[in-house]
Amino acid sequence: MKITDELIDELAQLARLELASEEKEGLKADLGRMINFVEKLNEVNTDGVEPLLHISPRMNVLREDEVLGSISQEEALRNAPAKNEAFFLVPKVIKK
Amino acid sequence: MFSFTSIKDYHADLLHGRTTCVAAVQYFLAQIATKKHLNAFLEVYAEEALARAAQLDDSLTESGSLQGPLHGVVIGLKDVICYKDHAVTAASKILEGFTSIYNATAVERLLAAGAVIIGRQNCDEFAMGSSNENSAYGNVLNDADNDRVPGGSSGGSAVAVQAGLCMVSLGSDTGGSVRQPADFCGIVGMKPTYGRISRYGLIAYASSFDQIGIFARSVPDLAIVLEIIAGKDAYDSTASATPVESYSHLLHQVATPKRIAYFRQALEHAALDPEIAAAFRSFIKTLTDNGYEVEPIDFEYLDYVVPAYYVLTTAEASSNLSRYDGVKYGYRSNGNDVSLTQMYNKTRTEGFGKEVQRRILLGTFVLSAGYFDAYFTKAQKVRYLLVEKTKEIFSQFDAIISPTVPSPAFKFGEISDPIEMFLADIYTVFANLTGIPAISLPLFIHSNNIPFGMQVMTFQENDLCLLSLSEQMMQLASKK
Repeated sequence: MKITDELIDELAQLARLELASEEKEGLKADLGRMINFVEKLNEVNTDGVEPLLHISPRMNVLREDEVLGSISQEEALRNAPAKNEAFFLVPKVIKK
Repeated sequence: MFSFTSIKDYHADLLHGRTTCVAAVQYFLAQIATKKHLNAFLEVYAEEALARAAQLDDSLTESGSLQGPLHGVVIGLKDVICYKDHAVTAASKILEGFTSIYNATAVERLLAAGAVIIGRQNCDEFAMGSSNENSAYGNVLNDADNDRVPGGSSGGSAVAVQAGLCMVSLGSDTGGSVRQPADFCGIVGMKPTYGRISRYGLIAYASSFDQIGIFARSVPDLAIVLEIIAGKDAYDSTASATPVESYSHLLHQVATPKRIAYFRQALEHAALDPEIAAAFRSFIKTLTDNGYEVEPIDFEYLDYVVPAYYVLTTAEASSNLSRYDGVKYGYRSNGNDVSLTQMYNKTRTEGFGKEVQRRILLGTFVLSAGYFDAYFTKAQKVRYLLVEKTKEIFSQFDAIISPTVPSPAFKFGEISDPIEMFLADIYTVFANLTGIPAISLPLFIHSNNIPFGMQVMTFQENDLCLLSLSEQMMQLASKK
């Protein structure tokens, strides 16, 4: 499969990555080769086979509905790159 | 002068007053300083480890007994496992400065059993890699030959045990990240059954593949650690609730599994180093001479396991790594007057390394509208076939053996092509695709003086059978 500029830009946008123009050609080539490589799976006959959705055999692992401790607000904010006393801060979303 | 052979001998020495936990920690700190060039540790908790060792020594003096099955056992953690109030970065710039606010369940259990955590260990960024060349904090060197890679992604953890910088390490294994570096470094490395060890506090790469694994110098040491950290956990609903067997005590007592299979296609594979193939065949002879039935079987899916693995793991990774957005924790790009979306984009582009970005893009591709069924669902169907095949094989055999890796440790920069690098995982990804336990045993030395191993796999939840068979194989190899 050939990776077009349009496709790589769309993927980068979905993945929230910003590809520098000098890197784009290399990534297009790498991604194209990776996709060709995984396309080998088309050789396997999977007619009538169900997709495996869970590797764990455990289903409906339930517990009592009790209120248990979690982390404090202070701990939750501890690693934030920008915060005030109660919130995470992000760049302004609503412009004047 | 302190020296380490096994946890059992160490504990006997402690109980007879021949050594102390402080002496052990001092010894390993000195070794770490001497072998600093290996770059195995990203951070060493010297003072803390010494203080804890002193406490353990005091309690032994007072009570006359060990504080737990891992009393004073000096352990290193791969930099993807959370240890409360300590840094953890997944060897990525995007988590620079991040401090864990809780313990991984495995760490909680190590500490409760008396272990001493000595530091956090270098690895490939977000555990993505087979050579430890993808760390944001530099390469880890193989102690057997400093020009060669230690394997990956848990390279630092493997080298730490190989070079005698700690007694045991915890790593993580998504496609071979414990077994492959154990093979390259000449030590024992095990990935237990999927879910045998809780993943709570393990930084996620591909959640349906990830499993914490253990590096040790011997099978009995590994067994002691596994029985401590395994078991159900309220914080991980995928953790197995099957009671944990006393692996270390039952190791020599359970009935010997005798029926062993190997994949004909694995031994005929073009990528397999001829010397590794020869050593493997010669070990089959040792096994049959000692009463094992070893039979070749057909495994027609060998060339499809790596493609299936890369579709599914990159898809899961693209989803798991979406949480690194520069808002809640970790690195944030410092652009002025940028929009929220621009902040996300710049943070992730500056924070993630190249291999991580490649895998996120591939994962985004296989999950995107129009390609989902053709790639992602297709790979899930192949995974179903592999699970069925596994059940069929283990209805007739107790174990499957194979080389762990097709080639011995390669030199830095020798493999630059991402796809060629993926093929280093050809024998190991099968166990993660099917959830079965697998181990690499250090049985061989290559003519270039680099160690290499053999992989053994058993059926799901048959971790005890795997350990017991492994111990027997190690004994056989040492008798030769």
